[in-house]
Amino acid sequence: MSGAHRTANAASMGGANRLPGKGRLTPARTARFTFDGRTYQGLQGDTVASALIANGVHLVGRSFKYHRPRGIVSAGPEEPNALIDVMRDNARRQPNVRATVQEVFDGMTVASQNRYPSLTFDVGGINNILAPFFAAGFYYKTFMWPKQAWKSIYEPRIRAAAGLGVSPTEDDTDAYASRYAHCDVLVMGAGVAGLTAALAAAGTGARVILCDEQPEVGGALHHDTGVMIDGQNGYDWAQAAARRLAALDNVTLLTRTTAFGYYAQNFVALAERVTDHVSRPDRTAPRERLWQVRAKRVVIATGAIERHMVFANNDRPGIMLASAARTYLNHFGVAVGRKVGVYTAHDSAYEAAFDLHRAGIAIPAIVDCREQPGSAVLAEARALGIEVLTGHAVTDTKGKLRVSAMSVRRVSGGSSARSIAIDALITSSGWTPSVHMFSQSRGKVAFDAETQRFLPGIYAQDCISIGACNGTTDIAATLGEAVDAGELAAQAAGFAGGARLDLAGTQAFAWTGGMAGAAYGAGPEDDVKAFIDFQNDVCAKDIRLAVREGMHSIEHIKRFTTNGMATDQGKLSNIHGLAIAAETLGRGIPEVGLTTFRAPYTPVTFGTLIGHSRGDLFDPTRKTSMHEAEEAMGAAFEDVGQWKRAWYYPRPGEDMHAAVNRECRTVRQTVGMFDASTLGKIEVVGPDAAAFLNLIYTNSWDTLKPGRCRYGIMLREDGFIYDDGVVGRMAEDRFHVTTTTGGAARVMHHMEDYLQTEFPHLNVWLTSATEQWAVIALQGPKAREIIAPLVEGIDISNEAFPHMSVAEGRICGVPTRLFRMSFTGELGFEVNVPADFGPDVWNAIRARVEAVDGCAYGTETMHILRAEKGYIIVGQDTDGTLTPDDASLSWAVGKKKADFVGIRGMKRPDLVRDGRKQLVGLLTKDPNVVLEEGAQIVADPNQPKPMTMLGHVTSAYWSENCGRSIALAVVAGGKARLGQTLYVPMADRTIAVEVSDMVFFDKEGGRIHG
Amino acid sequence: MADLATRTLPLRGFHGSSATVRLTPAPPASRLSLRARPEAVEALSTALGLSLPTRPKTSATNAARHALWLGPDEWLVIDALDTDLLGMAAAAGVLHSATDISHRNTAILVDGPGAAAAINVGCPQDLSLKAFPVGGCSRTVFGKAEIVLLRTGETAFRVECWRSFAPYVSGLLAAGAVDASH
Amino acid sequence: MLLIHCPYCEEERSELEFRAAGDAHIARPENIAAISDEDFEAYFFLRDNPKGLIFERWRHVAGCGRFFNAARDTVSDRFLKTYKAGEPKPQLPIAAMTDETVVETYEATEGRAE
Repeated sequence: MSGAHRTANAASMGGANRLPGKGRLTPARTARFTFDGRTYQGLQGDTVASALIANGVHLVGRSFKYHRPRGIVSAGPEEPNALIDVMRDNARRQPNVRATVQEVFDGMTVASQNRYPSLTFDVGGINNILAPFFAAGFYYKTFMWPKQAWKSIYEPRIRAAAGLGVSPTEDDTDAYASRYAHCDVLVMGAGVAGLTAALAAAGTGARVILCDEQPEVGGALHHDTGVMIDGQNGYDWAQAAARRLAALDNVTLLTRTTAFGYYAQNFVALAERVTDHVSRPDRTAPRERLWQVRAKRVVIATGAIERHMVFANNDRPGIMLASAARTYLNHFGVAVGRKVGVYTAHDSAYEAAFDLHRAGIAIPAIVDCREQPGSAVLAEARALGIEVLTGHAVTDTKGKLRVSAMSVRRVSGGSSARSIAIDALITSSGWTPSVHMFSQSRGKVAFDAETQRFLPGIYAQDCISIGACNGTTDIAATLGEAVDAGELAAQAAGFAGGARLDLAGTQAFAWTGGMAGAAYGAGPEDDVKAFIDFQNDVCAKDIRLAVREGMHSIEHIKRFTTNGMATDQGKLSNIHGLAIAAETLGRGIPEVGLTTFRAPYTPVTFGTLIGHSRGDLFDPTRKTSMHEAEEAMGAAFEDVGQWKRAWYYPRPGEDMHAAVNRECRTVRQTVGMFDASTLGKIEVVGPDAAAFLNLIYTNSWDTLKPGRCRYGIMLREDGFIYDDGVVGRMAEDRFHVTTTTGGAARVMHHMEDYLQTEFPHLNVWLTSATEQWAVIALQGPKAREIIAPLVEGIDISNEAFPHMSVAEGRICGVPTRLFRMSFTGELGFEVNVPADFGPDVWNAIRARVEAVDGCAYGTETMHILRAEKGYIIVGQDTDGTLTPDDASLSWAVGKKKADFVGIRGMKRPDLVRDGRKQLVGLLTKDPNVVLEEGAQIVADPNQPKPMTMLGHVTSAYWSENCGRSIALAVVAGGKARLGQTLYVPMADRTIAVEVSDMVFFDKEGGRIHG
Repeated sequence: MADLATRTLPLRGFHGSSATVRLTPAPPASRLSLRARPEAVEALSTALGLSLPTRPKTSATNAARHALWLGPDEWLVIDALDTDLLGMAAAAGVLHSATDISHRNTAILVDGPGAAAAINVGCPQDLSLKAFPVGGCSRTVFGKAEIVLLRTGETAFRVECWRSFAPYVSGLLAAGAVDASH
Repeated sequence: MLLIHCPYCEEERSELEFRAAGDAHIARPENIAAISDEDFEAYFFLRDNPKGLIFERWRHVAGCGRFFNAARDTVSDRFLKTYKAGEPKPQLPIAAMTDETVVETYEATEGRAE
C-alpha cells in the first residue's frame, strides 16, 4: 500500500483514542497531517506525539544502535525517542525534531527517521540480534584495525546505520531573527513558580521577561490537575496570570521560547519558535528568533523532569513516563492505552493512575518496588479499587512493536513471575530537578542525601532557583518561595514597593519516594537490556562494563558508554547512569559527581544562531562612492578585505590578461585613471602633529614643509615593517596621512595606542578620514593635461607643483586636496574630493581620459606597474618579519632620530645579522615564464630532499611594458646575490631565475618628474 | 570648464520601512569631528553656539545643530544646514582639532514604535528610555559595523555610520524593522 | 559575553564594544634606543601570563575610543576593577579574587580519573 494516502479510520475528534470531554483542546479545530505518508487528523494545539497517540500510533522510530522499535516516552523537551523529520518543502525541512514539542499544523508532512526500508520492518534490526558484539566501547575497540578501513569502510557504514535524521540539501528559505534585550528580572519557566515570581517582580514596576518553552504557560499544571491556586484550578489560574502579565507594559511574555544558554553576567540566550506551529506562516515573519538577554537578576523556575524505571526491555513502544500519560490525558484528552500498567518507585505515578482510572481506562495493577508507598496515595488507590503490588518489580515486558504484557515479581524473591496483559506501561522512578541552567550559570550543585537529588548549591551569578528545580515540591512552599524570589530580584534590580502578592495553594497529594539506578531484575547478575539512555542505546550493564574496563571518572564513563551524549543530553539518563556507576565503584553519588551541563539545553537550529547574518548581511560589503560608475564601465571587481575594488576593465572580446596588458601599456604611454579611495586616511591635527609622526614613523617630519608630502614607513616596536604610505603636510599643524587599504583600522588603533598611553602629553589628535574622500589617481604622461582644465586655484605646473606636492583648491568646482604623487613611476596626481562628489568628478575626468585614448585601470594593473618600479606592497612583499633594511628602505629611516617606534627593535642582533632574508628582484631565464607567488627558492635544485629553502616569491607578473616576466622575492642574503642563478622547483619542472635589483622599468626614474 | 560636480548620496533610493518602523535616509549634513581638552570646551561651545556636553552618553542641541559626546575629548557635531563648522571652531582661537567628516558619515533616521527593537537587532545596548533617554547618544556596534546612535525622540533615533557601511547598516535595520513588526 | 565597565563612559557595556590590548603597567623605556638587549627583551617580549590576577589594557574601541586598564581574574574571567589609563595599579582586597573551581580546565573535569 506504499504511496497510498489513506485517512485513518475513526479520525473524528482527532483520533480514536481521544476521550470525549477530556483535555483542553477544541474538538472542532482539527489539523490534518501525514506521518510516513499516511494521513492523520489531530487537533490544533496537539503535539505530533499527542496526535499520533490519539490515532493509536506509539511506534515512531528505531533506536540509534540496535534499531529497536521505539515509542514516545515523554510529553516534553526531554524526549529521547520520538525524533521526526518535519517538512514544509525541500528547503524548509528539519530533521531530529522532537515529536513531543512540535505542534501539528494543517498540511504538515512528518516522517520517522533511522529506519530502512520502513518503520515496521527495519533491516538494521539485525543489530539487536548481534547486540553481544555491540557492547559499550565497541566503536573504540572493534574498528581500530586496519587503520585505512576506518575512513573507507567502517565510518561511512556506521554513519549510515546509526544516523539520526537526514540534513536538508537545499538552502533554507526561512527567515531568522535575532535581537538583544535587557530586563531587570528574567524568569525562566512559566509554571506555578515562574508565573508567581514574574507577578511579584512585575508588581514593583521592574522590567520582566518571562519565557517558557511550551505554547502556553502552566508547566507541570499541564498534567497535574490536583493543584488549586487562589481557589481556582491551577491550569486556569496560570492562564489568567499570563493574561494579566501580558497586559503589563513592563512585562514581555514569551511562550514557545526556550532559555538554552546561560553565560557570564546574566547573559542568557533564548530561542523563540515563532512560526513552527503555523500552517501557512507569513513569509516575512521569522521562523525563529534568538533573544540575547542581559538581565540584572535571573529567576530560574525550570521545574523537574520525571525519570523512567530501569528494568529489562523497558524500551518497548507504549512504555512511557507516568507524567507524560497524565499530560496526554489531562491536556490533550488522549488515552495512551486501554489497559495501562503502572510501574513506579514514586507516589506521583499513582496520581496518573487515578486520572486514567477516572477517565475509564483500565489499570490492571500499580507495581511499586517500594514496600511502603505514601499512605495517602495507597489509600486512594484502594478506595478506587486499583490493585497495588507493593514490593514488586516489573522484570520484563513483551510485545514487538507495542508493549503487550509485563512480568511482575516480588522483589524479595520467592514467587514466580506473573504476566499481566497491558497495552501501555507508565513508569516513574522520581523527579530530577532541572538544574541545567543553574549549572550553566557556573553554580555548583549539591547532593541532597535525604531526597537523593542534586540541588542548587553555591551560586556563581545573580540568580535564584525556585520551585521544583530547587527541590521544592509543596505547592504552598513553592508559592511563598516564588513571591520572595520575584520581589527580591526586583528589589536587587532597584525596584521596591507594591503590595505583597498573597497566593494560597493546595495540592491533592504530597509525594514521597524515588530511586535512581537499575531496578530489581536489572542488577549486575542479570544479563538483560535495561535501558537508561534510550537515544544512545545505553543499558545499565554498559555502565558496569565501563567501570570494569577501568573507567572510574564519570566523564570517562560517559564518553565510553556515550550515556547522556545524545541530543537529549541525558535528561532522563544521567542520574540513572551516575547511580549505577557509583554503586559499581562502591562510592557515594556525590563522590562520583555529575558531568558538566552545557548549552544548549535543547537543540537549537543553525538558523537561530545565525539570525540575520546571511547573504548581504553576513558581512558588510564596502564599496567606494565611484563603484557604480566603475560598474557602468564594465569593471570586474575583487575583494580586498570588506572592500570591493575594481580589478580590471575588460573591453568586449578581452580576457583578463589582455585587459591588464592594455591597461599597463596605456598608463605608461598616455594616461590611466584609478580609484584609490580605499586607502586609509588619517587626519593628524595639532601643534605636536609633526612630533607625533616623528615617533610613529621611521622618517623625519620636521623638515617636511606644508604643501609637500613624503613616503613614510612605520614599524612595530619589534623593528618590523608595519605599514607604509604617503603623508602630506597640509599646514604646520595638520597632516593628511595615508595607509594601506587593509591597514587603515589597525594603523589607527596602533597610533591611538601610542598617543593615548605613551605620548599623552602631545597636543595632537587623530581622526579617520578614509571615507571622507573619494580618491582618483591619474597616472601617465598625459595626467597633467587631463586635469589641468578642471582644476582651479592650484598651479599644477612641474615647477610650481613638483613630484610629492600637495595643495588645496577646487576641481570641477568642488573642494579638492590634490596630491602630486605616483605609485606607478609615471607623472601622477591623486585627486581627493569629498566622497559624494566622487562619481561626478570621476565621470568628468573619464571623459577627458577617453578623449586622449587613456583608460581606467584596476588593482591588477596597479600591482604590476608598482612592481615594475620595485615599490613594495606591505602585507604582500612583507610579512611582518622584514626590517626596513631587508626591504631596501633604509633610506627612509631617519639616521639622526633619537626615538621612534621600532628604533630599538630593529637593532636586535637577529635583525642586523648577515644572511637575513632580503627583498630582491627575480628574472626568469626564460622571460615568458611567470613564477608563482609563494613558490620556494633554492640554490641547488639537485640537492636531496628536504631541500634548503632560501626564500620565496612574493610578487610575480607578466610585465607588458618590460616584455617579460618580473618578480619580487625574499631571499636569504639576497642583496649579496645579485646576478646569481637560483632555482624555483615546481611540481612539474624547475625554473631557473637570476637575482636582480627591484627596479625593472625606467631605472633612471625620470618619468615621475615629467 | 566642466560643470559643477553634484553630490551622489550613499543611500539614494533606500526603502525599508515596516508596519512599526519608518526608515529614512537623512539629508546631507555638515559634520565635524571635534577634539579638545577640557579647558577649551567653553570657548568652543561659544563659537559653535551650543554647550558641548561633558557627561558621557549625552548630547546638546541648538536648532538644527547637535553636539554628541563620543569620548572625554571627542564630539561629533552635526548641522543639518550647509555650515562652515570648521571655520566656526577655528574662530574659537583655542587649542583643538577639527576635521570635516560631512561626507565620511551618512545617517538613517529610525522612527516608530518598533524603532528600539529594530536597532537592538544589532546593537547590544539597553535602549530603554531609562538607560538611553531622549538626547542620549553613543558610539557603539550594530552587527558588524560601528555606528553612532542618537536618540532624537521617545521612538526616534538617528543612526550615523561611515558611508561604505550604509548598505549593510540600512539592510540590517530593514531586517530589524520587519522583525520588530512581528 | 562579558559586560565591561568603561571608566570614561562610566557604565557597563557589552564586550562587543571593546578590544583587549595586552598587559598593563609596562612603560616604554625612556631612552629606548639605548637600552640593552636584555632590557628590551624584558620590556617587549616577556610576560607572566599569571593564573589569577592580571592587569591588562583594554580599549573601548567602538565606544569612547579610550584605552584603560583593568584588573581581571584569569581563573573566573571576572573583571575586578577598571580604571583610567595613567592611574596607578589599584590595591585589591584578597576577597575580590574568587575561589571558583568549577572552571572547565582539564584538571577540573578529567583530573579525577585514576
